[in-house]
Amino acid sequence: MDTFLQQLVNGLTAGSVYAVVALGYTMVYGIIQLINFAHGEVVMIGAMVAFTIINLLVPSGLPPLAIVLIGAGCAVPICMLVGYGMERLAYRPLRHAPRLAPLITAIGVSIILQHLAMLVWSRNVLAFPQIIQSHTYFIGGAAITTVQIAILAICVTLMAGLALLVYRTPLGTAMRATAQNAQVAGLMGIDINRVIAVTFVIGAALGAIAGVLFGTYYGIAQYTMGSVLGLKAFSAAVLGGIGNIPGAMLGGVLLGLVEALGAGYIGDFTDLCAWGVPLQACEGGGHFILMGSNYQDVFAFIVLILVLVFRPQGLLGERVGDRA
Amino acid sequence: MIQYFDTKNKPWLIWVGFALVGLSLALLPFALAQVGTTWVRITNYALLYVMLALGLNIVVGFAGLLDLGYIAFYAVGAYVYALLASPQLGLHLPFWVILPLGALVAAFFGVLLGAPTLKLRGDYLAIVTLGFGEIIRIFLNNLSRPVNITNGPQGIAGIDPFALAGFRFDGPIKYYYLLLAVTLGIILVSLRLQNSRIGRAWEAIREDEIAARAMGIDTRNLKLLAFAMGASFGGIAGGMFSAIQAFISPESFVLVESIMVVSMVVLGGMGNIWGVILGALLLSFIPEILRWTVTPVQEALFGRMLVEPEVIRMLLFGLALVLVMLYRPAGLLPSAVRKRELEERIA
Repeated sequence: MDTFLQQLVNGLTAGSVYAVVALGYTMVYGIIQLINFAHGEVVMIGAMVAFTIINLLVPSGLPPLAIVLIGAGCAVPICMLVGYGMERLAYRPLRHAPRLAPLITAIGVSIILQHLAMLVWSRNVLAFPQIIQSHTYFIGGAAITTVQIAILAICVTLMAGLALLVYRTPLGTAMRATAQNAQVAGLMGIDINRVIAVTFVIGAALGAIAGVLFGTYYGIAQYTMGSVLGLKAFSAAVLGGIGNIPGAMLGGVLLGLVEALGAGYIGDFTDLCAWGVPLQACEGGGHFILMGSNYQDVFAFIVLILVLVFRPQGLLGERVGDRA
Repeated sequence: MIQYFDTKNKPWLIWVGFALVGLSLALLPFALAQVGTTWVRITNYALLYVMLALGLNIVVGFAGLLDLGYIAFYAVGAYVYALLASPQLGLHLPFWVILPLGALVAAFFGVLLGAPTLKLRGDYLAIVTLGFGEIIRIFLNNLSRPVNITNGPQGIAGIDPFALAGFRFDGPIKYYYLLLAVTLGIILVSLRLQNSRIGRAWEAIREDEIAARAMGIDTRNLKLLAFAMGASFGGIAGGMFSAIQAFISPESFVLVESIMVVSMVVLGGMGNIWGVILGALLLSFIPEILRWTVTPVQEALFGRMLVEPEVIRMLLFGLALVLVMLYRPAGLLPSAVRKRELEERIA
């Protein structure tokens, strides 16, 4: 039971970060049906910029929370700029091209961003300075740290804020109108190019914050972190139903849970001794574990494939047909 | 204008051309060996990439299915060879048994990947194949416990070279001829496929799947066939890679490699065999040329190396993908159909 609760807490934390990243994918997909392959790199740049700023400010003696906030405050505008630049230079010219064309430029953009980041921040794994004093609370046998609570709170706030923006403001209405039918939205006086650019920028801002959270949570950042994180977040977006904002939130949290619980229990499930297989290794309460928690990263991809095969519209997606 | 290559009136000129190309290909390794054996080795790797690019071209160029995890099939072929011809499992089978087997296993994995995912639309398929590539790599990395199969991240060493009736392929020049022969075989298969019933069916699927189905094409089986054939080419290339290197590890089969092969196909011109070959050769040789020029130039200019050639190479790849898609979406040597189609839709 302790493992279960603990993995639940870990999964929720990781999952809420995935959810915030997944929002970036799903918003862009919802509006122009493009898989923004480079979104993971935006998250990485967010983490890297925050890393630099935090390292610069640590000797200044400012309160730790202020340092992290300033770090995030610098990461967000830089990522917004990257997001805007990407849309303007690599995607907008290809808006009416065959579908694979923008996906290929997205891959190109992702390679470029990754290697530029490597030039700036080296290829090493960077250790985020652990400046926030973290308390650990125990709830029913599971440990939860202040950082985890803060991440959960921030992610929930971001998601609520985004939901308000999309469903309660004129800009959100314009975004939803463009997503439904860009041409008609344009005829109704909506500046489609602006709305699409704003969508990219908002997604990038969310990605930047997610990057900072990811960095402070795991304590590390590397120029390659964007690709796997991006893939997982994309899986989360597909799980929830791509293009669907509440779906991305649900998908992210679920994916985090699946991953954490999967990693926690796969060892027990694939222990041949527990299945009663008579093996030499089992004698005297030994174990013969086929797959351990090192297979954690596989779960996201398996979830992705299963969802696409059995329910391509995702959990909350209602638009079916040629979408997937 | 004087027609130097008036092949219509002088058909024998074609054969002269073939003979000249053949002769220069046959003499190439000796010329390269004058510069340094390294260059023969580099050429060998370039030929491997040509094979990979041609294999991927079947999937991406002919059938129009973007596969971002193609390197997984290369890995499967490489590991099949490594496991059956190395001290790892104590097996030492001859290569003419393993290579077809590797191609078969890779084709099986191709079908395994294709079967559940083929109803997906293009960009979803791309992401799923990418995930599939990662899954294969994670398994290769971790299949060292509890039973040591792949030896994990340390990789497998001491892989047997090719040997046939007492003749051992030991040196890059001998491998060059072998690789050249296999590459020519793959080119021939690709050329014959393109204009076959199957090739035309693939083209029809790529252009309009619903229309193709309405015309009585079995889209599902043909897409599976494209995956299987592409994968088997990758498997053959992987087996040869294993033998040439004598050592493999999961490090060689990372996502970047998949993307590199995709870049070759896209840059050269999806669907055009000569374009794809050009793309593969360009992208295999440019990094090497960079390696030889970038470092001295930087040292002369700044006194030290600021940017590693590897990074410049990747930046160029990324830039090439973006620029090709923006300004020349059909690639350097576009296939006739692709060109027409892309230009129409963008205009």
